[in-house]
Amino acid sequence: MFIINCPYCGERDQTEFSSGGEAHIVRPKQPTELSDDEWAEFLFMRKNIKGIQFERWNHSHGCRKWFNVVRDTSNDKIHAVYKMGEKPPINK
Amino acid sequence: MTQELRINNNKFIDQTTRLSFKFNGEKLYGYKGDTLASALLANNIHLVGRSFKYHRPRGIMTCGSEEPNAIVQIGNDPSLTDPNVRATEIELYEGLEAFSQNCWPNVKFDIGGINNLLSPLLPAGFYYKTFMWPASFWEKYEFFIRHSAGLGKSPTKPDPDIYDHKHYHCDVLVVGGGISGIMAAKLSAENNKDTLLLDDKNTLGGTTIYQNNDCFKIDDNHTNYWLEKEIKNIKNIKNLTIKTRTSLAAYHGYNYLLAKENITDHLSPDERKDKIRQRLWKIRAKKVIIATGSIERPLIFNNNDRPGIMLSSAIKKFIDFYGVKTGREISLFTNNDSVYETAISLKKSGVNIISIIDIRDKSSSKIVEEVEKHNIKIYWNHTIVNTEGYRRISFIEIMKLSDDGSGVIGKKIKLKTDCLGISGGWTPMVHLFTQSGGKLKFRSDDNVFLPDKNKTPSDQISIGSCNGDFDIKDIILNSNKDVKTFLGIENSSFDNLKVESSKEKMKRNIWLLPSDKPIGKTKPFLDFQNDSTAKDVKLALREGFKSIEHVKRYTTTGMGTDQGKLSNMHALGIIAETTGTNMGELGTTTFRPPYTPLTFGAIVGRNVGEFFDHTRKTAMHNWHVQNKAKFENVGQWKRAWYYPKNGETMFEAVQRESKAARESVGILDASTLGKIDIQGTDASEFLNRVYTNAWSKLAIGKCRYGLMLNEDGMVYDDGVTTRLGENHYIMTTTTGGAANVLTKLEDYLQTEWPELDVYLTTVTDHFSTISICGPNSKKILSKVIPDLDLSDEKFPHMSFKNSIINRIKCRVMRISFTGEHSYEINIQSNYAKNVWELCMDAGKNYNITPYGTETMHLLRAEKGFIITGQDTDGTMTPSDLQMDWIIGKKKFDFIGKRSLYRSDTIRDDRKQLVGLLTDDPNEILEEGAQIVEKLNQKPVEMLGHVTSSYFSPNLNKSIALAVMKSGKKLKGKKFFVPMENKNINVTVTDTVFFDKENKRLNA
Repeated sequence: MFIINCPYCGERDQTEFSSGGEAHIVRPKQPTELSDDEWAEFLFMRKNIKGIQFERWNHSHGCRKWFNVVRDTSNDKIHAVYKMGEKPPINK
Repeated sequence: MTQELRINNNKFIDQTTRLSFKFNGEKLYGYKGDTLASALLANNIHLVGRSFKYHRPRGIMTCGSEEPNAIVQIGNDPSLTDPNVRATEIELYEGLEAFSQNCWPNVKFDIGGINNLLSPLLPAGFYYKTFMWPASFWEKYEFFIRHSAGLGKSPTKPDPDIYDHKHYHCDVLVVGGGISGIMAAKLSAENNKDTLLLDDKNTLGGTTIYQNNDCFKIDDNHTNYWLEKEIKNIKNIKNLTIKTRTSLAAYHGYNYLLAKENITDHLSPDERKDKIRQRLWKIRAKKVIIATGSIERPLIFNNNDRPGIMLSSAIKKFIDFYGVKTGREISLFTNNDSVYETAISLKKSGVNIISIIDIRDKSSSKIVEEVEKHNIKIYWNHTIVNTEGYRRISFIEIMKLSDDGSGVIGKKIKLKTDCLGISGGWTPMVHLFTQSGGKLKFRSDDNVFLPDKNKTPSDQISIGSCNGDFDIKDIILNSNKDVKTFLGIENSSFDNLKVESSKEKMKRNIWLLPSDKPIGKTKPFLDFQNDSTAKDVKLALREGFKSIEHVKRYTTTGMGTDQGKLSNMHALGIIAETTGTNMGELGTTTFRPPYTPLTFGAIVGRNVGEFFDHTRKTAMHNWHVQNKAKFENVGQWKRAWYYPKNGETMFEAVQRESKAARESVGILDASTLGKIDIQGTDASEFLNRVYTNAWSKLAIGKCRYGLMLNEDGMVYDDGVTTRLGENHYIMTTTTGGAANVLTKLEDYLQTEWPELDVYLTTVTDHFSTISICGPNSKKILSKVIPDLDLSDEKFPHMSFKNSIINRIKCRVMRISFTGEHSYEINIQSNYAKNVWELCMDAGKNYNITPYGTETMHLLRAEKGFIITGQDTDGTMTPSDLQMDWIIGKKKFDFIGKRSLYRSDTIRDDRKQLVGLLTDDPNEILEEGAQIVEKLNQKPVEMLGHVTSSYFSPNLNKSIALAVMKSGKKLKGKKFFVPMENKNINVTVTDTVFFDKENKRLNA
């Protein structure tokens, strides 16, 4: 069970947070112009890698803010935490 | 009366306090400080249980948590009895009652012992191989297997004990209070680190605390003397917390550890009253020092499992610590120097040592010389080839080893012995290290797996014998050095200790010792609890199992309650040897938490009964209770389900309530519906994006029903949203969906549309909702709020008014979920019960009838209104629900819009919502029942299923909603709903059964 450094509240136990899957998947601005395949790519395709992963987390039992986390899924080490809309401090 | 096998040992055992206990009904006694195991041994009882598969007699083998055999049932109270307790760990208390497990009728004569004679027929994988065929026999096999499986008996009644949880934060956690743990704790605490030291025993000091031997000295004193002094000192250090009887169970990432503290398990039942039994510590430590020590390995030879055969280190602890002689004529069998320490302890206490059998050629260490001085016969280069004695070892047979150790030669020597100490070297306890993600490396000199320093997660170290240092000199020097580096300490009081030690590290390793008999005729046990032998492992390898994880499961080696603490290394060794693999490459099986079994009580702590989950009650809850409502759980909410009168059944009550609501007036507590307050200059645009229909043109003071989809186009939630002001809305959601809807909306606001000026606040608990419906609802409301103009012109359907009841502000919506003319009063929750009672009063002359959720469901089904989660299941689009009218096709975008014309969502053979009528109007369908067209088809094609079904008192017939493949095209067609003993004929209809023209809304 890891500790997440919420960019708004500071270090808190993992139990206060919920995971929101892969980060930096932008909702298409004009969905109607996409083919079925392109829309399916946005809708369904998510990476599940062993290693450095960029993820969304929500401080659901705290400030309710969403933010991004760079986590190594092989050892749960968190390399960076940054707010929504900010550039990843580590290269993707 | 003194115990013949007891020697005086005042230090650890209080022989002035006698404790009586019962074992298998026999009344015995021991002393304060004993464990159940030491007290039994003092009473000359070795035979304590039967093995799992062959029911062979088994005795106490160890003196710690690794014990495979001496596991007992404590007590026989149906709520307090505790199975699988290790006799070596439970402290003796007055009145303790213990029973052997896995034997019938008793441990001395066990009928299951016949399995031992049948053992050639019960090889590895016996169950897998035998109970496969014929398939139809499985039920018979299952009965037999279930009756012979399992150890001990579970309590049958709820656990009355109290358990606790404690969250703890510290700078340094030291696990293990042996010599290295004590050194680490002292160094840490003295250097201003908040330190927690845990040990699973009731006293600190590990094995060194009773090491009273001339061969091992620290600063010219016996090691135990030095350690006692240190323990006394550390107890006075301010920032050191010491917890004994506390065993570390799990080591998770980020130095999060769980430990179980036993608080009353060592007390007599009287002393336990009103005390917390166990406490689960949830520890976050900045740094962790693992000093969990090591356990001795057995040796694997023919018939190595008889009662009286014990680890040599256990014999030493029983004599040195508990003052108990484990036998009168003891033999020792070894491949290393450790048993010579035991020999010296036994000699000092006047126990007769028959012989020492050592598979090595010789050892020239000082401790061996010391033993030789006592004229004890040592058989170098010999091995035990067999043992005798059914309920207790009586003889051993020894022979000389051949040069390469693979066979035996010469004459067989038979020696009488009533207790045999064995030592196959030591295994570091690396469980916690690997649980935390650390990787092991293999040291081939003495065949041990050790923490790999380069693959250790940060902020932890392992020290002492769990790190592979088995000699007191190495332990002290390396622990001191490693802890200093780890904690950044410059000088330590342990820097200049003078340590004397005299063990030789040399050992000879033979995983499976040879016998004069062929292996097929021998029983060299590896896993004592699960009865797997070296033969079984070899058989598994012959049958093609290669991975250690597969061999483990096939042979059940290491799968008992002891999790193979004793046996795993030998299983690995034999596999490596047989397959010609390097042990380091073979690796170990995975060590999973908990290290020793945890009670469920400790895991759940206080979260039992009413504290297991929150119960949410509405402001009117007590009124419902007083009026005999039956409740149903909706999420965490208690909702009034129906209000039976004069012994009505649920069916009768719901029929009465449903009729009353349509004929006069009904009243419903709708407070549990989720309410989200939406404000901001972009509130309208936001609603446009999250609902399928258009919102920009909704006038202030108007209400609108909205349908919310997931991005995949499937219906997610629904509810009515009211425009309170230019930039102010209040949204209602389903009761169960409230929290998820808010989370989802926040997600879109914060991540996809941060440019929108919108603020969301949950107000579900702040406002209570009273729904009044039926032709007389207007009359009730006009009595409760006389000032409000209720004319259809001023207050039409789907509109809202701010109003005041008794000087309290409220919001009144004219909206309807039943199809009747109806109003919803939303009022601050603390006034809600009062307003509810005002409404009841006002309705007295109109037979105002409170109705619950069941009637609400019935009434809306008559109108064909869906309930998300009942008529939908996450696979229904609005079109599937025949609700195409609610899709704002002209809107640029909304959540899920693009998905509505994916190739899969436009298929016309999707399941679609339909109405169903039974040909017999009195036949009520079961929700979930399947719908078919052809009864004799095999396999029968399932066309859909019933989602909602009721008997409508207002139509006087049964009605149902269902989802069916291509349902939209099936109107008027006939189908079957096959039930267990009949087939019900049904006809597909429109989804609206009652008042299709919506005349009643304005009635």
